[in-house]
Amino acid sequence: MTNTKAPSRKGAKGEGRGLTIFFFLKAIGMALSQIWANKTRSFLTALGIIVGVASVTAVIAALTGLKAKVLSEFESVGAARLYVFPNRPDNVPRAKFPWEKCRLKVSEAQAIMDQCPSIKGISPIVDLPMSVESDTELIDGMTVNGIWPAWHDAVGRKVMRGRPFSQIDIDTARQVALVNEAAVTELKIDTDGNGGLGEHILLGGRRFLVVGVVETTQARMLGMNSSEAEIFIPFSVAEKLLDGWYFMQFAAIATSPETAEEAKAEVEYVMRRQRGLQPDDPDTFRVAALDQYINQFKSLASGVTAIAGGIVGISLLVGGIGIMNIMLVSVSERTREIGLRKAVGATSAAILLQFLLEAVTLTVLGGIAGLVIGKLMAVSLTYIPGANLEQADVPAWAVILSIVFSAGVGVAFGMFPAYKASRLDPIEALRHE
Amino acid sequence: MSESIIQLRGIAKVYRVGVETIHALRGVDLDIGRNEMVAIMGSSGSGKSTLMNMLGCLDRPSSGEYTLGGRLVSAMKSDELALIRNEEIGFVFQSFELLARQSALENVELPLMYSSTAGGFRARRERALSALQRVGLGDRVDHRPNQLSGGQKQRVAIARAILNNPKILMADEPTGNLDSATTAEILALFTRIYREGQTIIIVTHENDVAAHCQRVVRLRDGRILSDLSAEEDFEVSPYVEEARATQRRRADAEEAAA
Repeated sequence: MTNTKAPSRKGAKGEGRGLTIFFFLKAIGMALSQIWANKTRSFLTALGIIVGVASVTAVIAALTGLKAKVLSEFESVGAARLYVFPNRPDNVPRAKFPWEKCRLKVSEAQAIMDQCPSIKGISPIVDLPMSVESDTELIDGMTVNGIWPAWHDAVGRKVMRGRPFSQIDIDTARQVALVNEAAVTELKIDTDGNGGLGEHILLGGRRFLVVGVVETTQARMLGMNSSEAEIFIPFSVAEKLLDGWYFMQFAAIATSPETAEEAKAEVEYVMRRQRGLQPDDPDTFRVAALDQYINQFKSLASGVTAIAGGIVGISLLVGGIGIMNIMLVSVSERTREIGLRKAVGATSAAILLQFLLEAVTLTVLGGIAGLVIGKLMAVSLTYIPGANLEQADVPAWAVILSIVFSAGVGVAFGMFPAYKASRLDPIEALRHE
Repeated sequence: MSESIIQLRGIAKVYRVGVETIHALRGVDLDIGRNEMVAIMGSSGSGKSTLMNMLGCLDRPSSGEYTLGGRLVSAMKSDELALIRNEEIGFVFQSFELLARQSALENVELPLMYSSTAGGFRARRERALSALQRVGLGDRVDHRPNQLSGGQKQRVAIARAILNNPKILMADEPTGNLDSATTAEILALFTRIYREGQTIIIVTHENDVAAHCQRVVRLRDGRILSDLSAEEDFEVSPYVEEARATQRRRADAEEAAA
């Protein structure tokens, strides 16, 4: 008798025989024909995956575009910018560092300008809430900023029409003002086609001559004023109008982005010396370079990415449950087919793999459809005016990740139905009505 | 009888349905030789389906030994049985069991999907084609099952069954869904394949079908009732009485007509 002879054949190892490339080709081909034969059902089933992948693709594309835009804007000029804020140190007695000692003084701005070789320009900035009046309009509580001429350099906003403040304006505290386009519109001072130049406005009852119009940059979008109107006056004038305590900050620009680090150190040194702080005293001010904001933006972007990832996770979960449901239906509909396949020699492993491949084919097709839709959404994002998403694009890693996740959902949620199919008894299955 | 390809020794099968125990087979000894054409008959509940599943390696006996082509298949694991079914056994079913969305050729090719020894793409296709030609459907290769008649469907199923040149061709009521003309056509095909050297086992309850076989095994209550050549079986079976009665009626009718 040769009945002890193992049934395994040449080249076959482990349990059963190796499945050939023909098996995979056939299985995928049959999966596709199955999907095609049940077009509506397959589409509805894959919808969860499609929507999930499409939305996350669009979000990632938007973030990528926003990031590219913001970073390029920051990096063009922004990296050289510095801001100085008053900052009351934590964990020290309030009496030792009261606000009066912390707030910035004009003399400190002057000292930084004089003593820091890496600083190209600096301007104190002070906000004054004031009522603003033109011939026809009255706006209450508008913010008016007191600045030095170097402000234009320090924040990168040029004068488009007219002229900036001159040193004489500062020194003699002339009542002149710069406005932006929004202010021109809101105050309706463009009466003679001159874009508001040469008009007079009343700030807190005082008459100011509009000498220039400042450009409005995209960075304003991040601001929180509901009105986009801005009015600037010489700092020396603002100082006179202020009484008592006021909040001041400095905007400065280093000689180049490369010297920004150095400039920051110099500013800190000068500030500490100006304030007579001892080596073990904490800083009573804060110097912020824009690279900090870049880092903040980056971490914000990755936070949003994580949230988007969570959302897509949920939609993939929901999609996956749909897949599992339809695969269970498919297994039950095709019980006889499974019986036949087993009768002609399919092992349990082959049936399992076949149904798994079918689920994966469905989810991967869904993922690809989602990517295509997401890409279209990304393209349409670039046409939204003012949304800063001209550079929105789907990065390669997102494409790969989407496909891998889709396939993963197919495997995870196809496993139970496929296992059920593989466990079917061929005799029972062939008898199934 | 030539060398025996199938040996059943004391095959018993016991099912438990709830609290009830069903003895489907109660000790069956059976030898079937190479190139025999055997009918297995019996009323429902006689155990003929269980015996067919056993012979087709779809089921394993509760006790007893089944040797197929010298290998003790009653001791094999389910994956090993799957391989045996793939290579040594061809099935033909009453309701054809064709995949609706696949062409005739693809349906015939199906067992090769689970074979690792079937060669390359062309070899597989050619094998399926020659099987279709053997059953006379060389011109229906690309037809879907819904474009084929019942007889043609069953021919496709037979082509699928003989694709791997199996040791045995198992047919379970192969003409159960066919009209009498098509039945004759399919039985003629079985006879031709048998003449080409194929061992065939047909499970049936139709005497017409059994009459085409060389040997008839009758089961009752899980045991072999009779195991006779078709001629001998014809003599003892109730079919004879039926046939004679039919003949008499026909003769009477002709007489009356005349």
